Amino acid sequence: MEYILEPWPWYVSGPLIALIMFILIYFGKTFGMSSNLRTLCAIGGAGKKAKFFDFDWRSQLWNLTVVAGAVIGGFIAHHFLSVPTDINLNPETIASLETLGFDNAGKNLLPAELFSWENVFTLKGMSILIAGGFLVGFGTRYAGGCTSGHAITGLSSLQLPSLVAVVGFFAGGLIMIHLLFPLIFD
Amino acid sequence: MKYLKFLFVGIVFGIVLVKSEAVSWYRIYEMFRFESIHMYGIIGTAVITGVILLLITKQKELKNINGNLMKVPPKDRGLTRYIIGGSIFGLGWALSGACPGPMYILVGTGVFSMLIVIAAAILGTFVYGLIKDKLPH
Repeated sequence: MEYILEPWPWYVSGPLIALIMFILIYFGKTFGMSSNLRTLCAIGGAGKKAKFFDFDWRSQLWNLTVVAGAVIGGFIAHHFLSVPTDINLNPETIASLETLGFDNAGKNLLPAELFSWENVFTLKGMSILIAGGFLVGFGTRYAGGCTSGHAITGLSSLQLPSLVAVVGFFAGGLIMIHLLFPLIFD
Repeated sequence: MKYLKFLFVGIVFGIVLVKSEAVSWYRIYEMFRFESIHMYGIIGTAVITGVILLLITKQKELKNINGNLMKVPPKDRGLTRYIIGGSIFGLGWALSGACPGPMYILVGTGVFSMLIVIAAAILGTFVYGLIKDKLPH
């Protein structure tokens, strides 16, 4: 039980994620989380506005069910399978975050500076969350997949387009952290 | 209850991503600064395991639950969409610290402000759908 309550090492988590992908393929489906965003658009009636959303979203209910499970899994893991533990971040990471104005790095899963309600309801805080979400939603559909569809499934099946997409993921991430963060959080 | 198995897979997925700390904004930041093996280890061992599983699947011609050959749908050909779309996603991933799986999972852990990120992601997907035909792919 002790091992379950502590954070799981990467060499345990990685293979488990691959198994999740494998099981979904065994079920005749695929591992792709961002597709659900498209499905949610379709459910909301976006099919009237663009052909891209004009499909039978009921065929994707299985994937929304995976999402529902993921939310429940997050709840279970956080409330029943964890003890309060600091994230074991590199001290240099913590130091660099302090220079950007992030205190208590690693004491929670996410920084209060971005996700606490008092910071969310500021112009800057709200803009950051909306911009971040928008870029993820737009980019992931443009690229035809996200971390699950490209980095895990696409690379596992040795597909070149996914390798290009993952290079893109990192290009964008590096630009954000190294060039834009110092401008956003000065 | 044909959906029950998917609910179960989702629950395991949510638990693994929380316990691995892959849902942590800090871990994503640390990854993009190359200051820990943690995220690279997760993605790397996932891909290595995945490659092995899929090679065995192909070799043994394993069948799925419906009796058809197990296979991964091939990605569309192209270059522009993957490099530009991928980079846009990367910008958002680093800023919000969450890709589409963790977004939902974090709501389960009680981070309800993530619902704003999810709503914005749905909007982003919607806008892509609107202007899709005008974009280079």
